[in-house]
Amino acid sequence: MTSGLWELVAKGVWTTVQLLVFSALLGAVVAFVVGTARTHQSRIVRFLAGLYTTVFRGTSALIMIFWIYFVLPLAFGWQLVPMWAGTLALGLTYGAYGAEVVRGAIAAVDPAQREGGIALSFTPWQRMRLILLPQALPEMIPPFSNLLVELLKGTALVSLMGMGDLAFSGNLVRLALQESAEIYTYILLIYFVLAFLLTRLMRGLEKKLKSGVGKAPTPAAEAVLKRPEATNAGGAV
Amino acid sequence: MEWDWSAVSDFMPHFWDGLLVTLQILALGSVISFALGLVWALLMRTPSRWVRWPVGVVTEFIRNTPLLVQLFFLFYVLPEWGVQASALTTGVFAIGLHYSTYTMQVYRAGIEAVPVGQWEAATALNLPVHRTWIAVILPQAVRRVVPALGNYVIAMLKDTPMLMAITVLEMLGEAQLFARENFQFTEPLTVIGLAFIVLSYLASLFLRALERRLAH
Repeated sequence: MTSGLWELVAKGVWTTVQLLVFSALLGAVVAFVVGTARTHQSRIVRFLAGLYTTVFRGTSALIMIFWIYFVLPLAFGWQLVPMWAGTLALGLTYGAYGAEVVRGAIAAVDPAQREGGIALSFTPWQRMRLILLPQALPEMIPPFSNLLVELLKGTALVSLMGMGDLAFSGNLVRLALQESAEIYTYILLIYFVLAFLLTRLMRGLEKKLKSGVGKAPTPAAEAVLKRPEATNAGGAV
Repeated sequence: MEWDWSAVSDFMPHFWDGLLVTLQILALGSVISFALGLVWALLMRTPSRWVRWPVGVVTEFIRNTPLLVQLFFLFYVLPEWGVQASALTTGVFAIGLHYSTYTMQVYRAGIEAVPVGQWEAATALNLPVHRTWIAVILPQAVRRVVPALGNYVIAMLKDTPMLMAITVLEMLGEAQLFARENFQFTEPLTVIGLAFIVLSYLASLFLRALERRLAH
């Protein structure tokens, strides 16, 4: 491979990382808003949040991307920049998975903590912010870490819309070199390294958050076993 | 926003074709992932680290890299290596292989959840190794993990549209073809989007019923 082609790959890595960061941020916002809305006292809010998770976890991320690229401009006249269209599709879809993680972690906080908050006449918002979330947050990190790896894998889908991410640059190099095994091996290795770095980062974050509430981090083996919950696509709606 | 019902009815025959292919991919992919995942899980329990280590690295690698790139890899590299396979076969194998690295973890958890007493009883009864696995451990382990495996079937369903990237005409492939030929994107894409929501919702209801049955 020539240095020009490597430059192409480097550009692809940069696009993938940008897309990952933006859609992870959007996904996190969606996850916390929808996840906490599912514990709201109003039945209508709970229903709407539940409907959101069912719809967005029910459909496929790739179809979501196609829909936002092709249907939104035609139907509503909204033409989005590719980066924002990709961010929107991935953030909304993976945010729905994240919402389940948030909801589960909040529900797992000892009920006495919530009752304590009520007894001290905290408002619902104060209870959530000062009592429930600080304790639920560290528990969310291992499943979030798995979701981030899934999101990283999901970013490759935007290459089908012609966005110049890592997978797309792989296709370009393949056309240039007429040789597939080498370039795709490199591309897969780069994705693997990115996923590894992400998991490392999240483990560091977990350690920090857990020391804040006086707990030890989850052992690695357990973090792996939490994976099915985190990604259980269509399970418990 | 314009919605054209005649486009929907024109698309429906293609939709059924695509649905059939999607379900085929799902069924065959599930079988491969269940079988291969069990093989990985059993290999990870062999005493030799020369088996465990490579299997662990390879499966970790497959699990943490995008299925889409793996599809491209197999689709373009296999012919270079002299393996001729149709796009559908390649796609089914790729999706089965990808999900086998998830099911292997499910099996492992299931095997580890079998009480130690069962192993000890098998030793006490002097059962040979293969009888211990086939008659004692696996029936108990697999029963426990059926719901978790089902979750991955639903996840796999939502990854089947990726096969359109290697020219397989499943639901999304059919929708895109129809859209390009008739310049009508809204209807086919919305129809298949709704179809996926309905399919995965029904599958999750079925799974919950199954889970309740197995709990007894």
